[in-house]
Amino acid sequence: MDSAELLALYEQMVLIRRTEKAAHDLFLQGLVKGTTHLAAGHEAIAVGASAALRADDYVFATYRGHHHALARGATPEECLAELMSRATGLCGAKGGSMHLTKAATGMLGSYAIVGAHLPMAAGAAWSARLRGTDQVAVAFFGDGATNIGAFHEALNLAAVWKLPVLFVCENNLYMEYTPIASVTAVARPAADRAPAYGIPGETVDGNDVVAVRDAVAALAGRARAGDGPALLEAATYRHFGHSRSDPATYRPAEEVERWLKHDPLDIARGRLTELGVSEETLTAADERALDVVRRAVEAAKSAPAPDPEQALTDVWADGSAAWRT
Amino acid sequence: MADVITYREAVAEGIAREMRRDAAVVCLGEDIGEAGGVFKTTAGLFKEFGPERVWDTPISEQAIVGAAMGAAMTGMRPVAEIMFSDFLACCWDYLANEIPKVRYMTGGQVTVPLVVRTANGGGLGFGAQHSQATENWALTVPGLQIAAPATPADVIGMMAAAIRSDDPVVFFEHKGLLASKGSPPPPDHVVELGRAAVVREGADVTLVALAAMVPVALRAAARLAEEGIAAEVVDLRCLVPLDMSTVLASLARTSRLVTVEENPYQGGWGATVVSVVADEGFGLLDAPVRRVAGECVPLPFADALEERVIPTVDKVVATVRDLTAY
Repeated sequence: MDSAELLALYEQMVLIRRTEKAAHDLFLQGLVKGTTHLAAGHEAIAVGASAALRADDYVFATYRGHHHALARGATPEECLAELMSRATGLCGAKGGSMHLTKAATGMLGSYAIVGAHLPMAAGAAWSARLRGTDQVAVAFFGDGATNIGAFHEALNLAAVWKLPVLFVCENNLYMEYTPIASVTAVARPAADRAPAYGIPGETVDGNDVVAVRDAVAALAGRARAGDGPALLEAATYRHFGHSRSDPATYRPAEEVERWLKHDPLDIARGRLTELGVSEETLTAADERALDVVRRAVEAAKSAPAPDPEQALTDVWADGSAAWRT
Repeated sequence: MADVITYREAVAEGIAREMRRDAAVVCLGEDIGEAGGVFKTTAGLFKEFGPERVWDTPISEQAIVGAAMGAAMTGMRPVAEIMFSDFLACCWDYLANEIPKVRYMTGGQVTVPLVVRTANGGGLGFGAQHSQATENWALTVPGLQIAAPATPADVIGMMAAAIRSDDPVVFFEHKGLLASKGSPPPPDHVVELGRAAVVREGADVTLVALAAMVPVALRAAARLAEEGIAAEVVDLRCLVPLDMSTVLASLARTSRLVTVEENPYQGGWGATVVSVVADEGFGLLDAPVRRVAGECVPLPFADALEERVIPTVDKVVATVRDLTAY
């Protein structure tokens, strides 16, 4: 990867980190209701994978999906406006933090029932095959999803139908509040299950954007060529707790410290420095991202609340919510 | 085409007509391919359309409906079969949380034009886990359209409307009707969803029924006619959209209402029909309303026990007699 491309990925990761920080601050100010599941620390997976995908590929994410929405073309302004219940939000303030979706750019949704979207991604991949395109579909999910029935049903179906779909596990060691290792029969909750379905199961440093990009590029290329699905387990770590109500005090201090030192932004910065990119250039990228987010926060704050009548639209394809004729 | 067609043949014919018309229509489900479906409701499809459009799946209800959803979101019109409606519970997340909500919670960005077909209801002695009438389960979820045809012609016409709909439709095919016969409809026969039919006219009482309860209501009406009671029978055809205007118009003629539903009384669709009548048509009534519905017990196995639990012609006749004497 050349320095210009890596610098762009770095800046995108900084933009996501800054957006997550803004979401956190806005929540503390009482401007974001409900909950958020921040993905700070997971940026390299979304950005690296997106760099390896085509614009017309499909992505399905979880309730921890801010980073995927942003990496797949949603702007910080429309995401933050959605979190702040504004009419200008990505989903018209009908979705909220857990459902960020930008269908126009192939970001086909964030799903808050654990594992539910894996069969959907298989279906989107099936559709691509039926339509004769060489699009691929990617489902991002957490380690906790690997013990849900839908995970196993989706993997088996994708394997027997040889669908162009990638299952990317963001293994951040914790299934909500509980260590995944304490409730899972195998050491690598995703990759170790792949052999049972006869598909490749690989692991990658999920905090290294270049490694993620390369791994996804290889597996997506394979899927695009008709060689079927694969499972990628990306090791990463949450900087925050599971959700806003979780201070994550259950995590050993030494573990937290070790992972915070393995920050995806620092790793990318180190690679850029090695490639000869100056400190000034990196700082300028940081500033640009910060400025975009600062302006996004202001724009979202000044956006109007949704018209209450919007609660009664969009149930059906004709825009209505009528249940009688 | 033959002069008569069975309900089960009508299912396959209805799907085949749409598959011929639109290359985006594909089928998936357990045993639907070469085997032609356990109820033979997909017989002939695999032969005509091949394995690229008629896909046998593993026994994986979540994968079936989840994959149908993903395909529907990306340009296909999948028709998914869940063999017995009892098994909808195995993929209930998709029917309750995913399919009906994704358009809404994305602010209208996504369309899910799919059909989930399933064999519904009792009468064949399959026991408690293969005999339920579950249309009321779907009725509790905003965002699902619900079709439940009673005749072969309606199967074909409503299948066309369901597959062409840009909204998700749960299509209940009644097991007790599979062998019933009727006239095959003409080419391009489409029955708009949400249009009830008055299938027998009468001035004394309105019987509102759905699917296998339509012939039950019609047989009851024939018996009542011998006693001089003229019952009008309304086949609702769909629960969502719900055609209350046909029910209220019938009630304006008859002033008495009985709903005949197979699902349990508790939470059954008849309660919704009756509540709308109470709300908007109270002045049309000359008597209380009555609901003939399933008992609130799991479906038992033996015929004698099952008959005790689900509506029968005798129960409908007795209820109407009481009501007309009111």
